[in-house]
Amino acid sequence: MRRKEAIETLVDCFIGREKRPFVISSTGLISRELYNYQDQPEFFYMTGSLGLASSIALGLAISKPEKRVVAIDGDAALLLNMGSLATIAHFAPKNLIHILLDNSSYGSCSEEPSFSRTVDLREMAVTAGYPLTARVEDEENLFSTMSEFLEKDGPSFIHAVIELGGRRDLPRPLDLPSIARRFRQRLINKGNP
Amino acid sequence: MNERPRFNLNLKETPGEYNFLLFESIKRLGVDFATGVPCGVQKHLISLLASDPEIRHVPATRESEAIGIAAGAYLAGKSPIIYMQNSGLLDSINSITSLLIAYEIPVLFSVTWRGYPGETAPQHFLNGKVTTTILDAISIPWYEINKENIEEVVGLAGKDIKTRGKSAVLLLPRGVLK
Repeated sequence: MRRKEAIETLVDCFIGREKRPFVISSTGLISRELYNYQDQPEFFYMTGSLGLASSIALGLAISKPEKRVVAIDGDAALLLNMGSLATIAHFAPKNLIHILLDNSSYGSCSEEPSFSRTVDLREMAVTAGYPLTARVEDEENLFSTMSEFLEKDGPSFIHAVIELGGRRDLPRPLDLPSIARRFRQRLINKGNP
Repeated sequence: MNERPRFNLNLKETPGEYNFLLFESIKRLGVDFATGVPCGVQKHLISLLASDPEIRHVPATRESEAIGIAAGAYLAGKSPIIYMQNSGLLDSINSITSLLIAYEIPVLFSVTWRGYPGETAPQHFLNGKVTTTILDAISIPWYEINKENIEEVVGLAGKDIKTRGKSAVLLLPRGVLK
């Protein structure tokens, strides 16, 4: 399973649901892969501010406890904002799912190695206090674990181990203010199921 | 609205009146979410924000994280304030430019202005000198607070946020809130 298969599996899992989760995707190829596969109003592609996807998801999850929120993080991004694990575990929003796509690399740069080769980031989440965590290595387990965690109280953490590689010439989301407005309208619209 | 909110300070002294004026001016903007990293100069303001039942308080581990949390709150329909020192503001400029400005997410900042004339701690000298230069360079409106202009400049910052969709920074030199 590479980045592409992991993201397509997640989207297929979200789209089939009656109540779709709101998704914040991390910088670089994670957001571009998501945008390229399906562009949805419930997706917020965080193209800059590396590391902050889980923090945006936290602010959102606390403010909208009735909505499910998913942060799609990368290992280098999480290492850049490790304090977020402590903050999320401290406030412990039940509606937040933090998924880590871990290729142990700065995959959107030149695949330089990250320290997730030596530190187990799922164990970091457990130590921080996430009550529900899992490790998955293939699409089938990713799909079933995400489906299960979307029904359970969190904050939960899915450590998805992925392989390096994939397309690099993916399109970029360009109209960022429109993406934010569309996402916000979708989120605060009371008529939205 | 005019009733002073309950607060349980573990602080020895009573907040000066300007703390209440600043807090009430901020509340008048509809602020209902607060995050940030503490600064001693803002201790009473932080305590007032943290103990107000109408404000959700979510402190962060670092300033850029607070900006992410505030952005998420805004996307969920909240009106956030972020408190920090200017040292933390300079540490998180990319979060302001590539998240708040790039996506047009407006938030209110309350920033202690260390390195202001009269500063004695040398590590703040250069930060104090370049804070407004950097805010000007990224087109973020800023307002220096003094004892006479609190209600006026908080109102102006509120207009930046609500009618121009821009984040705005209140700069607090040490001593103003005494």
